[in-house]
Amino acid sequence: MSDDQTPTDPTTDASQVRYDQARYVNDGQYEPLLSEKDQTSVDIGDDGDSPLPDDLTRDSIKLPELSEPELARHYTRLSQMIYGIDSGPYPLGSCTMKYNPKFTEDVAALPSAAIHPDRSEESIQGTLELLYRLQDYLGRIGGMDAVTLQPPAGAAGEFVGIRVAAAYHEHNGEGHRNEVIIPESAHGTNFATAALGGYDVVSLPSDEDGRVDLGALEAALSENTAALMLTNPNTLGLFERDIEEIADMVHDVGGLLYYDGANLNALLGRARPGDMGFDVMHYNVHKTFATPHGGGGPGAGPVGVVAELESFLPAPRVREVGGGANGAETYELFDPEHTIGNVHGFQGNWLVLVKAFAYIARLGDEGLADASAKAVLNANYLASQIEYEIPYGPFHHEFVASAGDQDAADVAKRMLDYGVHPPTTKWPEIVPEALMTEPTEVESKDTLDRLAAAFNAVAKESNKVLEDAPERTTARRIDQTSAARNPRLSWHELAEEDT
Amino acid sequence: MNESDTHTTGSPYAPHTDDGRTVMLEAIGVDSVDELFDIPEDVRFTDEFGIDARSERETRRLVRSVLDRNTDLTELLGRGHYGYYIPSLVDHLADRSEFLTSYTQYQPEVSQGFLQALFEYQSLLVELTGLEIANCSMYDAATALGEAATLAERVRSTSGHRVLVPDLLRDGRRSTLENYVAGTDLTVESYPTDDGTVDVGALESTVDDDVVMVYAENPTVRGTIEEQLESIGDIADGADALFVLGSDPVALSLLQRPADVGVDVVIGDASVLGLPTSYGMGLGLFACREEYLRQVPGRLVGVSEDETDRRVFTLTLQTREQHIRRERATSNICTNQAWVALRTAMHAASLGPNGMVDLAKRGVTRAEELAARLDGLDGVQAPVHDRHHIREFVAHVDQPAPAIAEDLEKRGFAVHVVGEHEIQVCVAGVPDDDLDDFVATITEVVR
Ligand SMILES: Cc1ncc(COP(=O)(O)O)c(C=O)c1O
Repeated sequence: MSDDQTPTDPTTDASQVRYDQARYVNDGQYEPLLSEKDQTSVDIGDDGDSPLPDDLTRDSIKLPELSEPELARHYTRLSQMIYGIDSGPYPLGSCTMKYNPKFTEDVAALPSAAIHPDRSEESIQGTLELLYRLQDYLGRIGGMDAVTLQPPAGAAGEFVGIRVAAAYHEHNGEGHRNEVIIPESAHGTNFATAALGGYDVVSLPSDEDGRVDLGALEAALSENTAALMLTNPNTLGLFERDIEEIADMVHDVGGLLYYDGANLNALLGRARPGDMGFDVMHYNVHKTFATPHGGGGPGAGPVGVVAELESFLPAPRVREVGGGANGAETYELFDPEHTIGNVHGFQGNWLVLVKAFAYIARLGDEGLADASAKAVLNANYLASQIEYEIPYGPFHHEFVASAGDQDAADVAKRMLDYGVHPPTTKWPEIVPEALMTEPTEVESKDTLDRLAAAFNAVAKESNKVLEDAPERTTARRIDQTSAARNPRLSWHELAEEDT
Repeated sequence: MNESDTHTTGSPYAPHTDDGRTVMLEAIGVDSVDELFDIPEDVRFTDEFGIDARSERETRRLVRSVLDRNTDLTELLGRGHYGYYIPSLVDHLADRSEFLTSYTQYQPEVSQGFLQALFEYQSLLVELTGLEIANCSMYDAATALGEAATLAERVRSTSGHRVLVPDLLRDGRRSTLENYVAGTDLTVESYPTDDGTVDVGALESTVDDDVVMVYAENPTVRGTIEEQLESIGDIADGADALFVLGSDPVALSLLQRPADVGVDVVIGDASVLGLPTSYGMGLGLFACREEYLRQVPGRLVGVSEDETDRRVFTLTLQTREQHIRRERATSNICTNQAWVALRTAMHAASLGPNGMVDLAKRGVTRAEELAARLDGLDGVQAPVHDRHHIREFVAHVDQPAPAIAEDLEKRGFAVHVVGEHEIQVCVAGVPDDDLDDFVATITEVVR
C-alpha cells in the first residue's frame, strides 16, 4: 500500500459514524488538574484548636478547595473524555465488555446492603443469604461442589486456586510439587500468580492448531507438577477438544487442573468446567456476569472447587443451618477445616457480588445460555465480515485476527477514529500482530456491521495514516516513551518541573 | 415468591431480531447457532442450572427482600472499615456510565478523563503520605500489606526473612499477609504492644539483621494514636528493614506525615473516603519512596505529551506488570479497584483540605467525648488505653462484653466485642443524635 494514499475521513464517510470525542482544550493541556484550579494549604495546630499535641500531628496539608459546582463540572468533563460501553462497541478480547444493566446499580445501592463486616451473623442474615445463594448459583453454573466469594478479582481467584493446590498437596505429604504448567498463550496473571505462590512456571507451547500440544504436555508433566492452568475456550477462542484426556494426564501424575474462568461467557449452559475434569476454577464476574469494569475494577473472582478441595477454601464461608423461628432458613459463617485463611481482609468485593447475583437471577437458565449463544454468534458473524486473516478456528466467543503487515497497535489507534473501541492487541503472541476480538452478545447486527466497516476501512489504510492516528479522540497519539523515561506520577512533580 | 411469572426468555441484553439472526447465520454459513460450538459430546452440558429468570422488577424485589433480612442497626463499628457520610456528588458523578463502564485505560487517547482522575487520586495520596509514589490501587488494605511484604522481599539488601507485625493486627490482615508470603522465604511474627500502641522496647529487642520489614499502624486497630513512630522507624532502619505503616486518608489528614517519621511504604484502606460500609469491600492504598519505583506493584498513571504537545495522562512503567513481565512481574494484580479510587478522589475533593482536617479532628474530639460519657457510667471504664484516640476506642465493661453487645443489638446498636470485658465503639459517620441515643441505651444496658 502506498504511503501517499489519502486517509479516509471517518467524519465524512457515510458508511461510518461521525465521531469526535469531547475535549476541553486549555493552553497546552486538556481539562486542568484539580490542583491547577486551586491549592489551599491548611496549617494544623497554629490556630490552637488541634485536639492533639503538636508532635502527633502533621504541620500542614495542601489540596484543592473547590465548590461543589466546580467539582461537578470537573468530573463531568472528565467523564466525557472517556469511552465506555454505553458509548459504543467495546470488543476487547478476553475482557468480555458486556453491557452493564442499570438496575444492578440500584440493588447494590440499597441501604440494606450497606453493612459493616463485623456485624453479628444474626443481624446480617440477608447478606449471608445472598452470598449463600450466589455460591449456589455459581456452583451450578460451573459444575463445582463448593464456592468461595472472597477473591476480589480474577487474579486473586487464581491465587486462591494456587494456594489451595499447595495446601492440598502439602496435606497429602506432597509438598515437594513445585511446578505449575501454563500454556504460552495464557494471560499474564496466570504466570504471575503461580510465581507469587512460589512455583516454578513451566511454559507449554501450543500445537499447530492453537491448542494444548499433548506431546509437550506429556513432557512437561511429572511428579513435580502441582497444577496445570488452562482457559477453555483458550485465548484463541478454541475449545480444547482433548480436555478429558488432558485432565486424565494431569490427574495421573497427581496434579490438579485449574480453570481460568475468563472465557466462561462462551459456554454458559453448554459445558461446565466441573464436567470437563477441572478441579478448581475462578469466575470473572466482571466479565461473565456483567458487573461494570469501572475503568479497571472492582471486580470479583469467586473460586469453585470439587468436593475433595472444599476443606481448603478461604475462611470464612457461608452455610445454611436450617430453619429459623419464622420458617426462613438461617445462615452462618464457618471456617473450612484445612482453610488456607484469607486472601482479602474481609469477604471481598461485596457490592460487586450483589450486582452479579442480580444479573444471574435476572437472566436465569435461558438468559445465561442465550447470552453465550449470542456471544458466539456475534463473534462468528463479525469474523465473517472482516478482511483481516483469522488463522485459528473454529472459535467461539472471540477470535484472534492478524493485522498482517500492519502494526496491531496502530490499527487499534486508527479504529478509535471510527468511533469504536479497538480489540485487544498483540496478545496472544501466537498470532502475529494479534487483534483479539470479543464483541459479546450485547451488540446488534447493525453495530457489528459498523464495527466490521471500521476494521475493513483501517485494513485498507496506509501505515502512515495508521501511525498518525488517532485524530478524533480527546488526546492525539501519546508518547509512551516519554512517560516512562521521565516518570511524573503526581501533580507535585509537575509543579517542580515548572520551577 | 412466584418464580415462574412472565418475562422474556433469553438474555434481555442481547438485541438480536429473528431476521437479523438468520442473516447472520447465513453470512457465517451455518444453519444454527449450535453448529458454532465445537464441544465434544462427552463434555456437553445438557441439564439445567435450575435458575429461574425474572423480570427486572421481580429481580429488584428479590434482592430487596433478601437484604431486608439484615437488621437495621446503628453501627458503632470500625476496626478498619468505616461508614462516613458519602456526599451525593460522589454517587451521581461516579455513576456516570463512562466512568462505570469503561475498561482499564489501555487506549489512553480515548480514556483521558479516567486517567486524569486516577492521577489526581495518586497525587492526593502523595500529599497525604509525603512519599513520592502512590499506585492507583490494590484490592484492599490486607492485600496491600501482602504486596508490601513481597516488595520488601524484592528490595531487601540482606538475606533476612522476618516480617514483624503488631500483635493487635486484625486476623484477616495477618492471614492475607501470610498467604502473600507463603511462596517466599519470609515468615510473619508478632511483636508486642503496650497499652494499645507499639511496645518500642520489646520491638527493639526482637529486631535483628534477619528482619526485612517492620509493620505498624497509625491509628491502631483499637483506635489509639501511635506516639513513637520515629523510634519505630529508627529501629527498622537500623536493621535495614522496610518500615511499613498502615493508615487511611482521614487519619493521614491530621496525624504525623509518614515521610516525616521514616516510613518507607504506606498501606491501608483508602475507601474510608468514597465508600459507605460495604461489608469489607475496600481500596488498597499503596504509597512508597521513589527508590522503589521499579518494584512497585499495580498500575501507575504518569504524565506524557501527545502529538500536539499537550499534556496527557497514560498508564506507565507497565514493564513491571503481569501482562508484560509475566512470572517476573512485581504483582499478579490486573483488575483492581479503579472506580473506588475515583470515588475516594471525589470524596476528598468534595471535602477539600479544610473538610478533611476537620473530619479527622472531629474523629478525635467525638471519640474523646463519647469515651468520657461512657466512663461516667457505673461498670464502664473508657477508654481502656491511656492514649490519644481517633474515631474509636476500647471500653472496659464489668459485665461480660458479649452479653452487653447482644443486649445493645436488641436495642438497635452494633458494637465490637474485643475481649471478655471489652467492647470497642466507633463514632465515624454516626450522627450526634444517634450517639446520644446510644449513651442513653448503654446506660440502661449496663445498669
Ligand atoms: C484470560 C484471563 N485470565 C485472567 C484474567 C485476570 O482477571 P482479573 O483481571 O479479574 O484479575 C484475565 C483478565 O483480563 C484474562 O483475560
